[in-house]
Amino acid sequence: MTTQDNTKIQDASQEASWIDVSGLHKIYNTRAGGQTHALSDINFNVKKGEFISIVGPSGCGKTTLLNILAGLISKTEGSAKVSGHEVSKPLPEIGMVFQAPTLLPWRTILENVMVPVEIQKLDKKAHLQKAKELLELAGLNGFEDKYPSELSGGMQQRAGICRALVHSPSVLLMDEPFGALDAMTREYMNLELLRIWKESNQTIALVTHSITEAVFLSDRVIVMSPRPGRIAEIISIDLPRPRTLEMMNSDAAGVYVQKIRHYFNASNVIE
Amino acid sequence: MKNLRNKPEILLVPAVFVLFTLVWENLVNKLKISETILPTPSRIFDALVLQIDNPIFWKNLVVTSKEALLGFVAATIFALIAGTFISQIRIVEKTALPYLVGFQAIPKVALAPIFIIWFGFGQTSKVVMAAVIAFFPILINIIEGLKSAESDQIRMLRVFGASRKQIFFKVQVPSALPFFFAGLDVGILLAILGAVVGEFLGSQEGLGNMVLIFQYNFETPSMFAILLVLSAMGIIAHIIVKAFQRKFAFWGDNSNIVGN
Repeated sequence: MTTQDNTKIQDASQEASWIDVSGLHKIYNTRAGGQTHALSDINFNVKKGEFISIVGPSGCGKTTLLNILAGLISKTEGSAKVSGHEVSKPLPEIGMVFQAPTLLPWRTILENVMVPVEIQKLDKKAHLQKAKELLELAGLNGFEDKYPSELSGGMQQRAGICRALVHSPSVLLMDEPFGALDAMTREYMNLELLRIWKESNQTIALVTHSITEAVFLSDRVIVMSPRPGRIAEIISIDLPRPRTLEMMNSDAAGVYVQKIRHYFNASNVIE
Repeated sequence: MKNLRNKPEILLVPAVFVLFTLVWENLVNKLKISETILPTPSRIFDALVLQIDNPIFWKNLVVTSKEALLGFVAATIFALIAGTFISQIRIVEKTALPYLVGFQAIPKVALAPIFIIWFGFGQTSKVVMAAVIAFFPILINIIEGLKSAESDQIRMLRVFGASRKQIFFKVQVPSALPFFFAGLDVGILLAILGAVVGEFLGSQEGLGNMVLIFQYNFETPSMFAILLVLSAMGIIAHIIVKAFQRKFAFWGDNSNIVGN
């Protein structure tokens, strides 16, 4: 299918919900011959340009859900659509940021950012400009020709975000991207992410362990409960944008955090 | 001076050499050990200088270097081909593995007489010997290297839609480079060993052949001199491989590389 076809399908039907998950189940066969119900009857949709977070205790299947959307693992039942296409393999309109920066140590930062362009055989010249712009946007200008080992963890992760955006995907999936960073860097990265999101107009689905991070960043937070992973509640975060760190001290934000934490406590999982 | 405090080995290594040589020299003189049994370092040095002036020595040096190098190149090519198939195709790995283990269990030096029957007393049998000895460590490192790619990196490429071929060339091959060079480092030394062993068992030329001739004539200092030359060859080869490694696999983490 060509990109043009894709665009047509998008225009025709999918302006309203960019990610559309309905009746999704995932059952793993365990080594012992049993079965694990990782995801059970997941239904949600994400509008174009929306920022959603998926939170839940360990083992609630949130990473499984993200991997299904990324086309990395198959679903057992139901449907998962991204910009109108049923996801059965990785789609070019998806960019992904991982828990670790996962940069290739033998490539410079710029060459790392260009990886999706090379893989999808896109026009190199045009995207080189885009890559440089993204690096500048992420505050990494001057580091284009450095190797990953010469950058701090936070800078590497920012380069990873640039790589996820270089081929202009319509959806950005983020799998606990800031989990490995210290609290200060993490707050800073959250602000950076909001800034990049605002400028690039992405649709973002973020998996995170941090309730405050989810509230701070998202339009809506999907709270999941474990075994089998199901959606406990989808909470709209009606905090004004642009968001500031001070906002997180407000009562309104506190209420959201508490509401989500309630689900964590109810599932008897200590985070 | 600062350099010395941080790296005392800069002084210690030559000091140990001087001390060792002096003790050796004096002990041999004092105990009146026959030169045929153990020559003094100064006699070995004399013999070495004599050889360096001798065009026949240089001819033999070239012969042995050529045998070792050709064997090394052949081993590398075969290891690259075999390693790629074994690492990429599961059934090939499963089938080949017992044979590889069996092959590695053969003391390969013991194959030299057979190679001489097959390939004659000329250089071919030595090249084959060098190749056979060098092959295995290079192969194992290539296989390990191609398998060493981080699953996270492969997953990352897959998310962006990479084909198997792209994953191979963009992650697996670069990941294998540090291992590959470690294999070459071991392999080149074993290739020299193979060439010399081949020459020991039957040859008309080469440094190994020179050692044998000196042995017949009880010219022990010259035997030691050739030994020094062979070590120097090994050291130079090692330095060259390391230089390539630093250039092409500069990010290398050598901590889990399969050694000798």
